[in-house]
Amino acid sequence: MALIETRDITKTYRLGEIALDALKNVSLGIEKGEFIAIMGPSGSGKSTFMNILGCLDKPSSGKYMLEGIDVARLNRDELASIRNRQIGFVFQGFNLLPRTSAAENVELPLLYDGLPARERMDRSLAALATVGLEGRGSHHPNQLSGGQQQRVAIARALVNNAPIILADEPTGNLDTKTSFEIMDLFVRLNAESHITIIIVTHEKDIAEFSRRRIFFRDGVVISDESSEKKDD
Amino acid sequence: MINIPSTIRISFRALRVNKMRSALTVLGIIIGVGAVITMLAVGTGAAQRISQQMASIGSNLIMIVPGATTAGGVRMGAGTQPTLSMADAEAIQKECPAVLYVAPILSGVAQVVYGNQNWSTGINGTTTNMLYVRDWPLTEGRPFTEEEIRSAAKVCLLGQTVIDNLFGGIDPLGHIIRINNVPFTVIGVLEMKGQDPRGHDQDDTIYVPVTTAQKKLFGTTFPGMVRLIMVKARSPEDLGPAEDQITELLRQRHHIGHKQDDDFTVRNLTQMMQAAEQSTKVMTLLLGAIASVSLLVGGIGIMNIMLVSVTERTREIGIRMAIGAKTWDIRLQFIIEALILSLIGGLAGVVIGISASKILSMLVGWSTVVSPLSVLLAFGFSGLVGIFFGFYPAYKASLLDPIDALRYE
Repeated sequence: MALIETRDITKTYRLGEIALDALKNVSLGIEKGEFIAIMGPSGSGKSTFMNILGCLDKPSSGKYMLEGIDVARLNRDELASIRNRQIGFVFQGFNLLPRTSAAENVELPLLYDGLPARERMDRSLAALATVGLEGRGSHHPNQLSGGQQQRVAIARALVNNAPIILADEPTGNLDTKTSFEIMDLFVRLNAESHITIIIVTHEKDIAEFSRRRIFFRDGVVISDESSEKKDD
Repeated sequence: MINIPSTIRISFRALRVNKMRSALTVLGIIIGVGAVITMLAVGTGAAQRISQQMASIGSNLIMIVPGATTAGGVRMGAGTQPTLSMADAEAIQKECPAVLYVAPILSGVAQVVYGNQNWSTGINGTTTNMLYVRDWPLTEGRPFTEEEIRSAAKVCLLGQTVIDNLFGGIDPLGHIIRINNVPFTVIGVLEMKGQDPRGHDQDDTIYVPVTTAQKKLFGTTFPGMVRLIMVKARSPEDLGPAEDQITELLRQRHHIGHKQDDDFTVRNLTQMMQAAEQSTKVMTLLLGAIASVSLLVGGIGIMNIMLVSVTERTREIGIRMAIGAKTWDIRLQFIIEALILSLIGGLAGVVIGISASKILSMLVGWSTVVSPLSVLLAFGFSGLVGIFFGFYPAYKASLLDPIDALRYE
């Protein structure tokens, strides 16, 4: 069974009289441990697809199975629970809470999973260590560089041991050197912890880090290619 | 599952970010709670003062005064016609089962002299029963004896104000004072009672046997008549029956026909006092209600600020939702914030309200009583206000679409 399976997903937005299809009959399967780049020009539907994969949005029609569960049937709180346990988000603008320390930012998913404070803090510091930020737990976002802030965001995505990380333009706000460092971190997490990583990007050299590239245009998948790297 | 302590910590941090704004919002609640407590304290103080005065004039009291004379169609007012007699008083005592004690009173004003001091005061000729009717114990000495009343003995009981003005520190017991130049021996001292509900000094009085008052002080155009009769009913429930029994008895004794008016008036003092007490309670409620309006306005202030806060923090709400905050996680966060604001305001308001009550009674001299119930009520109400006015902003926050919220700049 595939980790993620979409069947004929269509997403239609209504703007007054006009109906706009952001996605048209997208069918994809993603296995556990894959490292995927989703590419395409703006307006191609890749962000809409990411929102549906991340359970932030529901398809207008079609089926989205996540680990065999039909996500379209879940209610708001059940979707929140899926996001909490199955998916880690990394955003272009980092989206850390201001005036809140790195460690407290990282522990947020555990807070909403109802874990006790002691365990939250331990796991939060461990996740920060994984992304190379030992000893920075008490720093606030405005005391950290862009790359460091993105690492905090990645630690937050990791902390609840989610099997999937969804990253929407994770390097869009970073310089080239820092971008490559962040991508190396994703590669390492994919290789060492077998976390499924799905990245939205429009930069070719960032997409090069992945092993499978899916191109969107006008709401349909126009190409889906895998590069034969190492074992699989 | 919702983690309350962590949510409280998050809320405190959010409130600290906008210290000035939070403080001003809290101020609305402080004023509201403070006003409620102060107003209730003023009202309760007034009510308590009235009930103290009620207790001081004695409980279950009925007063009977003679009726008005009618001379050629001109009615002269209550008490102008001497229709009540000692015999009436005795009959009431004997024949009305709802009556506990009866005391006739023949009163007047006289000049009182002791040594080189003199004082003008009210003289009440009465019987020993008066002390029971009025619940008025002696601090010193003894009441009149039956023999003294029968023989119109020249003995008297003094109120505290009279003692202060005539004796100035000397124990008056056994001394001789002159009332309208008649020498009287002081045999007892009445306990201090303070003001009656109309503001009269009840201690400015002298009691003498009723017979002595009739024969030796106030002359007697109508022998055996008294100015009024005071009656104590057996219990509050007996007040009504006692009134009816007395009226019926006196109509019989005075030979009043079916269509004739009474030549006397029966007044239920306790009922009058209860009416006064009731109106004070209504006033307290009214004051409290007016003050509650300011608490309500404070609550609207909280709602206003929370709505602004929800809008400002749309992105934060989006982040929290994306990483797994459920509907009630978000709602509770904002409700707890509103609750913290209102409870801090409530706590400070309690302190301010109690202080304001104390200051008011010191500066203006109103008696104020801060009852624990009013404090609990105001504080609890402030908490309710927080939850009530925090709910809508929290509800609004929880309905945000996570995608839109994340995009919010």
